[in-house]
Amino acid sequence: MEMGVKMQLTNKSKQVDRKPMTFLESLYLWNIAKGMMITLKHFFRKKPTIQYPEQERPFSKVFRGLHILNRDEEGRERCTACGLCAVACPAEAITMEAAERENGEEHLYREEKYAAKYEINMLRCIFCGYCEEACPKDAIYLSQTFAPANYGRTGFIYKKGDLLIPNPVEDPEGYKKALGDKATK
Amino acid sequence: MYLLAIDWFFIIEKLLLIVCIVTLSMVVAMYSTYGERKVAGFFQDRLGPNRAGPFGLLQPLADAGKLFFKEEIIPLASSKFLFILGPALAMITALLTSAVIPWSTPLQIGDRVVPLQIADINVGILFVFAAVSVGVYGIMIGGWASNNKFSLLAGIRGASQMVSYELPMGLALLGVLLFVGDLRMSSIVQSQIDNGWHVFYQPIGFIVFFVCALAECNRTPFDLPEAESELNFGYHQEYSSMKLGFYLFAEYINMFISCVVMTCLFFGGYDIPFVNEAEWGLHPNLLALIGFAVIMGKSLFFVFVFMWIRWTVPRFRFDQLMNLGWKKLIPLALVNMVISAALILWLKK
Ligand code: SF4
Ligand code: SF4
Repeated sequence: MEMGVKMQLTNKSKQVDRKPMTFLESLYLWNIAKGMMITLKHFFRKKPTIQYPEQERPFSKVFRGLHILNRDEEGRERCTACGLCAVACPAEAITMEAAERENGEEHLYREEKYAAKYEINMLRCIFCGYCEEACPKDAIYLSQTFAPANYGRTGFIYKKGDLLIPNPVEDPEGYKKALGDKATK
Repeated sequence: MYLLAIDWFFIIEKLLLIVCIVTLSMVVAMYSTYGERKVAGFFQDRLGPNRAGPFGLLQPLADAGKLFFKEEIIPLASSKFLFILGPALAMITALLTSAVIPWSTPLQIGDRVVPLQIADINVGILFVFAAVSVGVYGIMIGGWASNNKFSLLAGIRGASQMVSYELPMGLALLGVLLFVGDLRMSSIVQSQIDNGWHVFYQPIGFIVFFVCALAECNRTPFDLPEAESELNFGYHQEYSSMKLGFYLFAEYINMFISCVVMTCLFFGGYDIPFVNEAEWGLHPNLLALIGFAVIMGKSLFFVFVFMWIRWTVPRFRFDQLMNLGWKKLIPLALVNMVISAALILWLKK
């Protein structure tokens, strides 16, 4: 670059006018009026607000929201308490206790071992979806809802009962709804 | 009904009027807080409060309830009497100004003519100025009695602003007063009904008056007395609960009343433009109602403009504020006054 040629970082730069203001300018009236016209435009603009409980924002198909513990077609819990999801979880949000299936419980649990206790702490969870990926039994997946607000921390620890999908035999509609886009994904 | 040579109807009538106008000011001030948030929201591409009641209309009640239940703290080192006097004074002076405002044409009840003005005193507009000046004490006392150096500084800041802007305000008004030749609020309005609105004769006077009214009400761009973020809130820093509420509330009442005063001085008060409503042959009560609606409409429009300005313009620096007041507005108002005086002298001769 030649000496003496001023280098410009961008062609949008504008010289600041540092002339002293005239009396009229120093009353600011004209400039304030211009500004007020700009704000008035915003006044009548369409508001982008989504009014949450009444209106919901559509999520993408791959949105990762609250977890759901899945059942098979007969309504049996799929989880076998292998603990792979808890191991995969980078936030250590999953706690579980395994139990053995007794005789006569075959209609409740698909595998011989099942999760007697299964909790996810939604305050720890980062909704990465690793648990879903780790699960060999297709027992857990992330749905398209998110954890609603709560008054206490304990309210964010979701128990098995909160996570389980509705039984497809007893409540097929609820099951379908909870399954959501999962089936088509 | 004359008892003990006192016209009891007169007293009852005035008492009722006072109650009505105080209630009106309060309600308007309450809903100005709601309006302010709504307007702010809309200017910022938001919706504003809309959860408490339909359209959020119960929001002011919720806010008042919240303020009531806040802990009431009176600093130990404060001087207690003055500390309580401060917000009370602010509130009282804010309400006092409404006494001389002609709200509409007289009502007719039976064969009594009831003027919709609490007191048509012969120094009406001076009374407004006097009451506003006393309002400075509310700020000063509040800042002083808190026994906190920041409150005190803010109080002084606020007081100096109000005193500085009262000057151009008065000067801007002189043009109108020269034109009318009377200080009564009712004759100021009447002169506009006869001759047209003063804003057309006194545009510069109006602009100066409007800017000063913004400063007197501590509204942006002149809200230095209560600059929350950078100047440590202000003279009501030590106040909590309903005492703080009183200060804030008094400000909204001030805003409303100053808009009404502006309407009366420059925009014809309850006059409907371009028509002579007296010729319609309507019942006087109906006319009074229409007049009242007109003055309210005009005033609320100004309230909206106040808010509009607030959500457009950033706050002035203190030296800019003083420069604008002393070096710009006062000369402007003086020139305006001299020219109008000369013109009136020349035309009336
Ligand atoms: S989504 Fe991620 S963080 Fe949440 S429980 Fe599953 S693995 Fe853990
Ligand atoms: S959810 Fe899946 S990975 Fe987790 S314990 Fe159950 S079967 Fe194993």
